[in-house]
Amino acid sequence: MLMEIAALNAASARALDSGKLEDWPGFFLDDCLYKVTTADNYEKGYQAGLIYADSKAMLADRVLALREANIYERQRYRHILGIPLIEAGPDGAVTAETSFLVVRTMRDGQMMVFATGVYLDTLKRDAGGGWRYAERIVVCDSQRIDTLLAIPL
Amino acid sequence: MDQHVHNPAGAWPPGLTRIPFWVYRDADIARDEQTRVFEGPGWHYLCLEIDVPGIGDYRTTMMGGMPVVVARAEDGEVVAFENRCAHRGSLICLDDGGRVKDFHCVYHAWRYDLRGNLASIAFRRGVNGQGGMPDDFDMTRHGPRKLRVTMQCGLVFGTLSAETPDFESYIGHEVMVRLRRVVHKKVEVIGRFTQQLPCNWKLYMENVRDTYHASLLHTFFTTFKITRLSQGGGVMVSENGVAHASTTLAAAKGPDTTYAGLRADNQELKLRDPTFMNAVPEFDDNINLQILSIFPGFILQQIHNALAVRQIVPRGVDSMDLHWTYLGFADDTPELRAMRLKQANLAGPAGFVSMEDGAVGGFVQRGIAAADGESAIVEMGGSGAEGAETRATEASVRGFWKAWRAQMGI
Repeated sequence: MLMEIAALNAASARALDSGKLEDWPGFFLDDCLYKVTTADNYEKGYQAGLIYADSKAMLADRVLALREANIYERQRYRHILGIPLIEAGPDGAVTAETSFLVVRTMRDGQMMVFATGVYLDTLKRDAGGGWRYAERIVVCDSQRIDTLLAIPL
Repeated sequence: MDQHVHNPAGAWPPGLTRIPFWVYRDADIARDEQTRVFEGPGWHYLCLEIDVPGIGDYRTTMMGGMPVVVARAEDGEVVAFENRCAHRGSLICLDDGGRVKDFHCVYHAWRYDLRGNLASIAFRRGVNGQGGMPDDFDMTRHGPRKLRVTMQCGLVFGTLSAETPDFESYIGHEVMVRLRRVVHKKVEVIGRFTQQLPCNWKLYMENVRDTYHASLLHTFFTTFKITRLSQGGGVMVSENGVAHASTTLAAAKGPDTTYAGLRADNQELKLRDPTFMNAVPEFDDNINLQILSIFPGFILQQIHNALAVRQIVPRGVDSMDLHWTYLGFADDTPELRAMRLKQANLAGPAGFVSMEDGAVGGFVQRGIAAADGESAIVEMGGSGAEGAETRATEASVRGFWKAWRAQMGI
């Protein structure tokens, strides 16, 4: 199970890092929650996120907006992922806690540590038996975002 | 004209329709802005009243480059003072906020009461009869600078200047009505984020007041008819240029060809989950969107149900922090709160309609790197800084410069 979830994390990160954004919502259940927040907000129980989607359709809409609507300089991410710490949850669900580090490279080659933090995931099997994210709370260590957050974390 | 302010590229062009680019790049200007603008005769947003709900509660904030403590004193009054120990200048408070009995500087344990008065000095009488402060050292004459504070609609504003007029005179009655419209009952914080922008702080505030760009730069706005200049609405600017409020009314039904052919018009874009745009009615009018600003660094945002306060903090000539406080009301229904969380996607560092604002100031900052002798053009809608029934104008940007030049003496 650990390997299956680690593989899901790796595949999801690859979709974001390789520019295959359209593949990314497919790692979530139709009915899901994806939220990007920060450690400070998380600890205080603040509900709002930098990105907040309560359905796979909203994730697809974000990808569509990034492709068709939003303006941002060409950039790419590199996700470095830790080993998921997994625990069995109720009804066959699994919770996983995975550290991440994202380096952002801009079109001119400038690189920065854009974000570090932890994914707090709840995973369930979809109809086909594969693990999918039912919930992914992206808790960034820093509350400071450089310029803008375009590509999801 | 006040020759004190450094002007590396000659006189300011006449009128309000040209902005010389050196004002975004000059270190002397930035230093003068601290004393003349951020410590000058204006009201500066500090924090929310609910950030300091009880006696001894404090919150740290900034007034330009000046660190500030806001605290609630024993008598319930909200006070503010410079976050700087009178002794060696260290920060007095090191955290974002908390609750204390009094304040201690960690360096040499100088102690302050909740109003920022110096209350005691460690080893003031020395140790074993030796050392200590001189007998004539007068503690009442030493302490961090104190601000005057005003509370408006649950927002705390402060000023260092004795000349700052009362709040409503500063922002004007019209904008005051717009402020009261949004923050009309007890707010609740639902998120706090900081966005670091690679530009001079003035470029961001101009962007906020620039009603012309919104539907052109931000495709998301236009395509989903959240705002178009052809929708009803307008902009108001206070007489002194200090405050502005722009509004967009709900879209009329039927096709709209105003933007045909422009990049921002993309009728093919369809949301798969359009429920995200089903705003819950909460204001007693048909205003979809209202952006309000108060010079120099305060912004109040209502984009449908997405409410936020934004505070500008300059960090050198070519960098600034934008502190976002996402708001709800304490009595939000679960339905309304859920919609706020969804519509929070519209604004903020990852906002569908505002992420570009985080970058565009940097595009200007980089574009003008060698243009100290050149000027920006702000001539849409004429040369004045009065309000208008249209948003196809740069009147509010000119208002910003009216206020800036008055305070800077340029």
